[in-house]
Amino acid sequence: MIDNGLPEGWELVVGLEVHVELATKTKLFSGSPNRFGDEPNTNIDPVTLGLPGALPVLNQHAVELAMRIGLALNCTVKPSTFHRKNYFYPDLSKAYQITQYDEPLNVDGFLMLPGGVRIGVERAHMEEDTGKSTHFGGAGGRIHGSDYSLIDFNRAGVPLVEIVSHPDVRTAEQARQYVNELRAILVAVGASDAKMEEGSMRCDANVSVRKYGAELGTRCEIKNVNSVRSLGKAIEYEARRQIDVLETGGTIRQETRHWDETDGRTHTLRAKVDANDYRYFLEPDLVMLAPDAEWVERVRAALPVLPAARRTNLAILTGADEDSEAIAVVVERGQDTYIEEVKNSGGDAGRALVWVQQSFAEEGNAPRLPAKDLAALTVLERDGKLTATQAKTVLGDMLEAGGGDPAAIAASKGFEALDTSVIEGFVNEGIAAQPDAWAKYCAGEEKAMGALVGTIMKLSKGKADGKVVTAILQQRRNG
Amino acid sequence: MSNFSTATSIAHNVASGAQSAVSVVEEHLQRIGQREEEVHAFNLVTSAEARERAADLDARIARGENVGLLAGVPIALKDNMCTRGVPTTCSSKILEGWKPPYNATVVDKLFAAGAVFVGKTNLDEFAMGSSTENSAFGPTRNPLDTSRVPGGSSGGSAAAVAAGFAAVSLGSDTGGSIRQPAALCGVVGVKPTYGLVSRYGLVAFASSLDQIGPFSHSVADAALLTEVIAGHDPMDSTSIPKPAPSLVSVLGRGVEGMRIGRVADLPEGADADVLARLDAAFIALEKAGATIVDVKLPSLSYALTAYYLIAPAEASSNLARYDGVRYGNRVAANDMNNMYADTRAAGFGDEVKRRIMLGTYALSAGYYDAYYGKALKVRRLISNDFAAAYANADVILTPTSPTVAFPFGAKTDDPLTMYLCDIFTIPTNLAGHPAMSVPFGTGQANMPVGVQILAPTLGEEAMFKVAAVLESAA
Repeated sequence: MIDNGLPEGWELVVGLEVHVELATKTKLFSGSPNRFGDEPNTNIDPVTLGLPGALPVLNQHAVELAMRIGLALNCTVKPSTFHRKNYFYPDLSKAYQITQYDEPLNVDGFLMLPGGVRIGVERAHMEEDTGKSTHFGGAGGRIHGSDYSLIDFNRAGVPLVEIVSHPDVRTAEQARQYVNELRAILVAVGASDAKMEEGSMRCDANVSVRKYGAELGTRCEIKNVNSVRSLGKAIEYEARRQIDVLETGGTIRQETRHWDETDGRTHTLRAKVDANDYRYFLEPDLVMLAPDAEWVERVRAALPVLPAARRTNLAILTGADEDSEAIAVVVERGQDTYIEEVKNSGGDAGRALVWVQQSFAEEGNAPRLPAKDLAALTVLERDGKLTATQAKTVLGDMLEAGGGDPAAIAASKGFEALDTSVIEGFVNEGIAAQPDAWAKYCAGEEKAMGALVGTIMKLSKGKADGKVVTAILQQRRNG
Repeated sequence: MSNFSTATSIAHNVASGAQSAVSVVEEHLQRIGQREEEVHAFNLVTSAEARERAADLDARIARGENVGLLAGVPIALKDNMCTRGVPTTCSSKILEGWKPPYNATVVDKLFAAGAVFVGKTNLDEFAMGSSTENSAFGPTRNPLDTSRVPGGSSGGSAAAVAAGFAAVSLGSDTGGSIRQPAALCGVVGVKPTYGLVSRYGLVAFASSLDQIGPFSHSVADAALLTEVIAGHDPMDSTSIPKPAPSLVSVLGRGVEGMRIGRVADLPEGADADVLARLDAAFIALEKAGATIVDVKLPSLSYALTAYYLIAPAEASSNLARYDGVRYGNRVAANDMNNMYADTRAAGFGDEVKRRIMLGTYALSAGYYDAYYGKALKVRRLISNDFAAAYANADVILTPTSPTVAFPFGAKTDDPLTMYLCDIFTIPTNLAGHPAMSVPFGTGQANMPVGVQILAPTLGEEAMFKVAAVLESAA
């Protein structure tokens, strides 16, 4: 039984709905720019504003990006239609949202979490975003009770894909993994920048609990989750809330709940009985979207290697654990091909992984440092010509200069790996200086080694290789 | 045919320099000055712009420029087509004062062809009606007898042509809104195949049914205008990806060998005078060498019911945007929901409200399948019936309107009586087919009767051939 952090016997069941903004140049149904952060109401046109007589025309690039998402999530691309979802709200300019309803573009896929858990993807459909309202005065930033509201239509009509998972998620950690993995895939295929903090990726969670083996419980939809961390916290809170209700003889009401980051709770937003009747019907201003097989195959063939496969490849290349932090971080930054280049330039991939993880956070997927230079550095290190500490200093200089010969930089700094006989000398001095520590170490107290190594490094002015020092100390104790 | 100049002759004369565009415009503005107060065809007459435009055309023609197929032709636009910087009201208080920042595609095409816009014509509010009595700005009167309606909803456009205010005009047809007023005013009116003419910039009533088309004195003018406004528009996703058809060139080819369908199970309701003219039309076509064949359209009797679910359903969604938030009239209130309610209560007339409620109900959860869903099935049945009929006929002839133009107030008490005006025109819209009304003599009170020619999708050629023969036999 999986550890879900819940009281004994309770199973957590979560389905996730993730909205992502597509990285198109223009909007889903008009030629206005799709750009975040511009002056309000500058990226608008008759279609965006829903002016009388304006008509939508589907953005082909948005369709292509939506297909990339579907195919990367192992979905089937199908002939699909658009519907109107009707409701009144000031930032919904036409008073209906154009969205895919019963015939979505992508269906029946799945996503593998790192570690091998399979989460089914029910659908990934296209829709348009709404404008953004800001309410002034009154309480709680809601329109009711506010003094006035301002609307920015720059976001209206921005293309979205909504990815709906099956309720296959069983722990808060899996939910976090799902969103992280999904984000990595979206970025990898170039469909979205998928930034939760900027709102280009938004996540709602359908949470329910049940006793193992029981029927599915009533679910609540949790909205306003603005980070992966909050997602986990919101799910954990909501599951415990539901269990508390059920264990005290209550029942769960199907409702939409709002996650409040400040008090760490979810609050009722609206009950299902108050839900809008959206009066969906086929959008008569658009025709069926049926990408032909040739187009689908072209998009599929052009898909890049996806993060999971890249992690496997990098793990094989570097000898690191596939589920390690280093592999995950480097692949997410898109620096795995760089490590491949280092290896191809004769470098040590394992050491390169360490350096890239530690020092390349700002570098992006095309680091300025030529791969051959990092390769040269890892070779010096592997051959014992430089200690790890020295290598780090040299790398700092190389990154700053955008390249350089590590051997020359090391020489200019007087970094010469000390001969073992010289190090032996420092070890002798160190033991003499720390007799108590040496005694403790010999008595089996491993912690005592730290003080010894520190003293010896100090004596060598940092030029001794810490690994060599450790090895000598171990040798002496055992021998 | 009336004694007013046709667009074809005006364009020919202006382009050749035989007549100036300015003199043509003045002639039409003069007639507007004489009779517009009585007829009320227009919501707005753009005399200054028309004069300026005509002078510009004359100057360009003097320089030897080719200004287009509609050189100097005065044209009126139904006031539900967007014109940049010029108010577009749909004859509704809710849009009063709103000026579109862009032109409808048809407006750009007409402008590029050298036409001169003389004004925006009156209509039933948001094109919902069959008499123009539902206009928020007062009804249009039939120029042939001002005690009678001009039909609707494009009553202003029909009247403008019939009164000689414009040589031609554009209307929109969702369930007969071009053909019925054309019949009642004694002019030619065409609803092209759905998708042949761009809807971009046409304020939507029922998007799957709306289509723009011409009013004219002659079949040749209608063919010319259709050629100018038709053709693929990348701004309208439902626009047919084909170039405009060649229609003027098919006129005069006759109907020899054509099969003209007579609907054996035509729904009842047409007056005897109207049916008599239909019979005369069949005889004229037979004389011209066509064969009359009987066709059956059993689902036709359900068309009206299906239409009054589908069109209001789409309208309820299309008209939801008039909420007072971004443009048009707003009634201030203490909160959002009251602002919506008060704005819409004050801004819409009764018929528009009736259809919004009807459509909202038809789409509602729990009623969708019984109403909207069933109406869509009927729509398919009608298409199937037409497909079977067109296996044996090239075109089908029916009355356009069950009656001649009726007096004001005759049908305003009972909406259903008014809805029946469109019983013969609605099936075409449901099928997406083309149809046109051609004047064919007169009936009661010496008022004109129109005969309707129906054709299958993109069957405009056959339709116009028949229309030309009927025109010369009328």
